[in-house]
Amino acid sequence: MVIILKAIMISGRTLGQGASLEAKTSPEFFKATSICALSESDYDDLGISGEANVLVRTEFGEVVVSARKDDGLPPGVIFIPMGPWANAVVGMDTGGCGTPLFKGTEAEVEGTKMRVKDIQELFADLLRRGGDRS
Amino acid sequence: MIVEDVLCPFCGCLCDDIKVEVEDGRIVGVKRACRLGSSKFMGHERISGPMVRRDGELTETTYDEAYDRAAQILKAAKRPLLYGWCSTVCETAKKGILLAEEVGGVIDSTATVCHGPSIIGIEEKGLAGSTLGQVKNRADLIVFWGANPAEAHPRHTMRYSSNSTGMFTPEGRGGRKVVVVDVRRTRTAKNADKFILIRPGTDYEVISALRMIVKGKGDLIPDTVAGIPKSDLEEVAGMMLAAKFGAVLIGLGLTHSRGRYKNVDNALSLVADLNGFTKFVVLAMRGHYNVAGFGQVCAWETGYPMAVDLARGAPYFNPGETAACDLLARKEADAMMVVAADPASNFPRATVEAMAEIPVIQVDPFPNPTTFLADVVIPTAVCGIEAEGTAYRMDGLSLRMKKVVDSGLPTDEEVVENILDRVRRLADDN
Ligand code: SF4
Repeated sequence: MVIILKAIMISGRTLGQGASLEAKTSPEFFKATSICALSESDYDDLGISGEANVLVRTEFGEVVVSARKDDGLPPGVIFIPMGPWANAVVGMDTGGCGTPLFKGTEAEVEGTKMRVKDIQELFADLLRRGGDRS
Repeated sequence: MIVEDVLCPFCGCLCDDIKVEVEDGRIVGVKRACRLGSSKFMGHERISGPMVRRDGELTETTYDEAYDRAAQILKAAKRPLLYGWCSTVCETAKKGILLAEEVGGVIDSTATVCHGPSIIGIEEKGLAGSTLGQVKNRADLIVFWGANPAEAHPRHTMRYSSNSTGMFTPEGRGGRKVVVVDVRRTRTAKNADKFILIRPGTDYEVISALRMIVKGKGDLIPDTVAGIPKSDLEEVAGMMLAAKFGAVLIGLGLTHSRGRYKNVDNALSLVADLNGFTKFVVLAMRGHYNVAGFGQVCAWETGYPMAVDLARGAPYFNPGETAACDLLARKEADAMMVVAADPASNFPRATVEAMAEIPVIQVDPFPNPTTFLADVVIPTAVCGIEAEGTAYRMDGLSLRMKKVVDSGLPTDEEVVENILDRVRRLADDN
């Protein structure tokens, strides 16, 4: 049986994300931002261990990221560093003030055997639509 | 050769004491900068040359052709969106506003996905602000609310706030109290005297409870507010009232959560209330090194700090309608120029999908997912390292950024100016 955890997803800055912010195609950026931090108890509840990946799903989309334990997080709150993996599950409503709700999206998390997409793959299905329309 | 007192073109701290070691026109070492700043000075992969998309592929071209294509795209568009402007200098912003006016477009900055709600909150309430120098020299209580400088502004605490030593704060961290309010125990929280863990989206309630306690109405609030014991809130309110000079430093925890600008409005109101008892100031922990500068330039050129629609003959500002994410979400923008930003990474996925359906022009030193979607890519010199210019620190202090090495590449300002010239010539031809 797949264990599904309900949580609130927040995104935010981290040192690793910041240090590779202007090197988005680098392995460092991938390592720093394609992750999801969970509280120790949430991590253990998911029945995952080691280098596990999780599927994070919200009403706006889903994304596979690699799971990390973070003792600073309370149970029920998950953290994905600011970047395209986090934004794959953020909605576009701006609440009338121009700013999407980057922190506070309801999410479901489950362990997965699926691979984490690299940055090229993450955008692969978008590439050609803008194309030569200019 | 060592170049002294270089400004760091990364975060809103705009540190101005960096030492950069240059050998044969290349940067070989950096001193004093934090990990974020050092990584920028030491350099990243660059866009190799100007490119335009042909048959679906980005192919190298000349700057002239790239400028022509960019001008044609902007000229042909009915609702062009000119976005970014925060990892570049004010001179670029000035030209960008002219260009937006010329093409009757909307100009918006990365502030709208960052501290935009803080700016709206400030417009609603007014700001008891100060410089970071005052915080450093005077503050005996620092409150980080939804802000995590340990990761986002690593030298902030040492240079300007909790751990700095100043004229009337000779004891540094030992002479100050630090309160952190956040939804997780961040690295910043580990440095706090008092940490309040709140549930995501409850900032407004918690601030309201503090305001009630400060105003002597504490008996009306319940035993817990958003899960926080009343005694904790009373303790924090007590610390605030006991401070001689308090500083509330607000972060994206307020602007990115439920309530958004209302959270900020309430935080500013708390500070206004506290000023009835003691001295309190509030500052937004602005992210990019010159996001504050774009706001200044845009405000003095158009009257508004971001999300300005210049299609109507007079500037019009209504975030929620004229902000970049809204224009894309409604599929209203039919072309986009991105200068010194990466919306493909930083906007919600569905918004990026809308971006992928329209022509995109990118002006940036670095390749990023916006490059993947772009039809015209124009590489530039890195401001503050390869080009000089003016930037505004998060507290609104303007500083002159240096050129440390020569890249031979055009500056952002030159690129925008070239496109503007061509747009004007296209207008003359018609
Ligand atoms: S704190 Fe900010 S401005 Fe200062 S060195 Fe680090 S990144 Fe640069």
